[in-house]
Amino acid sequence: MHELSLSGAVLNTVVKHADGRRVGLISLRVGRLRQVVPDTLEFYFRFVARGTICEGATLEQELIEAILRCRSCRCEWEIETPAFRCPTCGGSEVEVAAGNEFEVESIEIEESACIAQR
Amino acid sequence: MHRTKVRIVEDALDANNTIAQANRADFDRAGVTVVNFMSAPGAGKTALLESVLGELAGVSVGVLEGDVQGSLDADRLASLHVPVTQLNTDPSFGGECHLDANMVRSALDEIPLAEIDMLVIENVGNLVCPAEFKVGEDVRVMVSSVTEGEDKPLKYPLMFRTCDLVLVNKIDLLPHLDYDLDRFLYNVDQVNPGVLMMLVSARTGEGIDAWRDWLTGVAASAQKERVHA
Repeated sequence: MHELSLSGAVLNTVVKHADGRRVGLISLRVGRLRQVVPDTLEFYFRFVARGTICEGATLEQELIEAILRCRSCRCEWEIETPAFRCPTCGGSEVEVAAGNEFEVESIEIEESACIAQR
Repeated sequence: MHRTKVRIVEDALDANNTIAQANRADFDRAGVTVVNFMSAPGAGKTALLESVLGELAGVSVGVLEGDVQGSLDADRLASLHVPVTQLNTDPSFGGECHLDANMVRSALDEIPLAEIDMLVIENVGNLVCPAEFKVGEDVRVMVSSVTEGEDKPLKYPLMFRTCDLVLVNKIDLLPHLDYDLDRFLYNVDQVNPGVLMMLVSARTGEGIDAWRDWLTGVAASAQKERVHA
């Protein structure tokens, strides 16, 4: 359900960088820990993008696997389930090395050859 | 027509985080410690506030009450004679299911910051979106009631992971439920290792002293930090 709020955040970020020009493609990096359902995000994005420079734009989502790192023993491991204790030393001081991303990586702007009309 | 690729690499929630920082700076300047108080609907947030807010020794507290609609919770808390500011996400903010930094910013003028040491922001009941949106808080507290089931930390890890205290409410109901409390505590520890947890019942008052002391302690240590800063 948070995909609606998140698509609004994506739209605002893109609009800020697109400078009024039409956007054809948006590339996102989405960490597994964000629990984003790709189809739902795409659905809501199409909805919030209506009537904006992003209307009809393709939303590309790259899934980033979750990797944790133990601050005590420095070991790194990949997780599928939300278990954040270090499996090696049992430590609780664990940092997320990857998997928390929710970034607009790039956009593709559609520009006509004749820019005099702008 | 041709396409130009523009590299951005920006967290989509940057805009919210920037406003949250501005809120936090304003709260710091006013000497107000801010608690973002979150849970699923019906977990007992308002009841747990009712049980402590009137008796916080030496702390003047105010509440920002976030709801989609209505002022039922704010009316309950106002009877404790603490300043309560109502923030409805419908219709001004499209009926959002959470508070974000901008909504809180819009309410700043109505909160008597000069008169309080601590502001409790009672977020909209929801275990998903509120965890994503910082509002300018110092600490995050969440309530999980035993009627919700012991699997919730694994289903909503972001919420459980980003909080500083987990209040396990409605423990007076344990004899009537199949709820596995040890399993729940283990699941929370998996998601947020070492996080502080308190077993409480707003109904019977069990554990409420510890909750009140913790809240008073947060306000006191923040005041100390500001004096030494």
